[in-house]
Amino acid sequence: MSETARIPAFRRGVKLRFDTVRDTWSVLAPERMFVPDEHALAVLKLVDGVRDLDGIVDELAAIYDAPREVIAPDVAALLQDLADKGVLAW
Amino acid sequence: MVNAEPPLSLLLELTHKCPLQCPYCSNPLALERGGGELDTAAWLEVIDQAAALGVLQIHFSGGEPMARPDLPQLVKRAAERGLYSNLITSAVLLNAATLAALAGAGLDHVQISFQDSEAAGADRIGNYAGGHAKKLAAANLVRAAGLALTLNFVVHRHNIARVPDMIAMGEAFGAGRIEIANVQYYGWGLLNRAALLPTRAALDACTAAVYAARERLRGQMVIDYVVPDYYAAEPKACMGGWARRFLNISPSGRALPCHAAETLPGFDWPSVREHTLADIWNGSAAFARFRGTAWMPEPCKSCDRREIDWGGCRCQAFALTGDASRTDPACELSPDHAIMAEAAREAERAAPEFVYRRIGANVGAAQS
Repeated sequence: MSETARIPAFRRGVKLRFDTVRDTWSVLAPERMFVPDEHALAVLKLVDGVRDLDGIVDELAAIYDAPREVIAPDVAALLQDLADKGVLAW
Repeated sequence: MVNAEPPLSLLLELTHKCPLQCPYCSNPLALERGGGELDTAAWLEVIDQAAALGVLQIHFSGGEPMARPDLPQLVKRAAERGLYSNLITSAVLLNAATLAALAGAGLDHVQISFQDSEAAGADRIGNYAGGHAKKLAAANLVRAAGLALTLNFVVHRHNIARVPDMIAMGEAFGAGRIEIANVQYYGWGLLNRAALLPTRAALDACTAAVYAARERLRGQMVIDYVVPDYYAAEPKACMGGWARRFLNISPSGRALPCHAAETLPGFDWPSVREHTLADIWNGSAAFARFRGTAWMPEPCKSCDRREIDWGGCRCQAFALTGDASRTDPACELSPDHAIMAEAAREAERAAPEFVYRRIGANVGAAQS
């Protein structure tokens, strides 16, 4: 499978949830929680276990009106970082 | 009074009843009996208030929380309020039916305590024959149910050499996370310190094994690691700082900034029977007592790390120096730091018998 067709998904027990008290998004996981930065949040909102890397890049390119080839490497690096942190299976 | 930042985590000690008798239990030496526990309605009210206050994660603990028949009801309420729910369990009461009820209620994560990687040592620590086998079966059920699973190993001189086997167990179960947590020496752990504290050499080997496994398993399994304060140069940021992120409710409803806080003298712990969580968090003298940095003595007060470790652990300062407001002796800058090295010498001697955690254990005789 090519890199761009890989599909990221939240790992078991990891959730992205809106915190109404603090008016911010939080990633909740076993004995962990953190507030994702703006870039991570934009990507995480598109992770649904169906969309592949290509699909996520397409969406972000449309949302931010940015060239695909500019954002694709950043998105791949961000997904890898979230995988290393145990947030995503990737 | 300026309101504090809202808490992130709430731990409910639903009961102090437990089939196991681990000699390092985090419950207080004076265990509460079943008759004094909050009823279901009171716990539901605590959950509602916690969500409104800003708590994001709720931990159902004990004792053994599965000894409470209303546990699925409480988990369901937490899920309805958007709280991330953790079950902290010995798992010896977990079977297909009890697990299905919890999963159906919306439980997010199950943490099962293992006392060792092999049955003989594990069952001796828990003083519960057949316990280890039950836990293995329970861990398989949790995986089969598709819930997130953590294996928790509390480490001490009798099992520390098997940390690599414990990590291998986590891999074999496909656990997303394991904890290799050295005993924290408060309450029962402090009472049994001479029987439990490992040597420096044993700890160093354990640390090396954990670091190597973390590297190898990056992205597959999270390994949380806790070292004993006795070999540390810097104190831990106990609870992320007093009453900064976390609160704990005892079985009878007393609100505490950590599990061990009832060991501290001179406090009037507020009860959820009489006060709201918001009033306790924002307005009680007990929660304000060691919050922030204003209470600190030197060398903490002028230390660059004062908002990193928050002065370490108040319960440890009291247990080892008799004064809860002193710098944690775990810090090498503490005037009391020599106490730690003195205690560590116990680890070189033969281990005494355990004083098992029991309601009504003869704790006074063991201490004298």
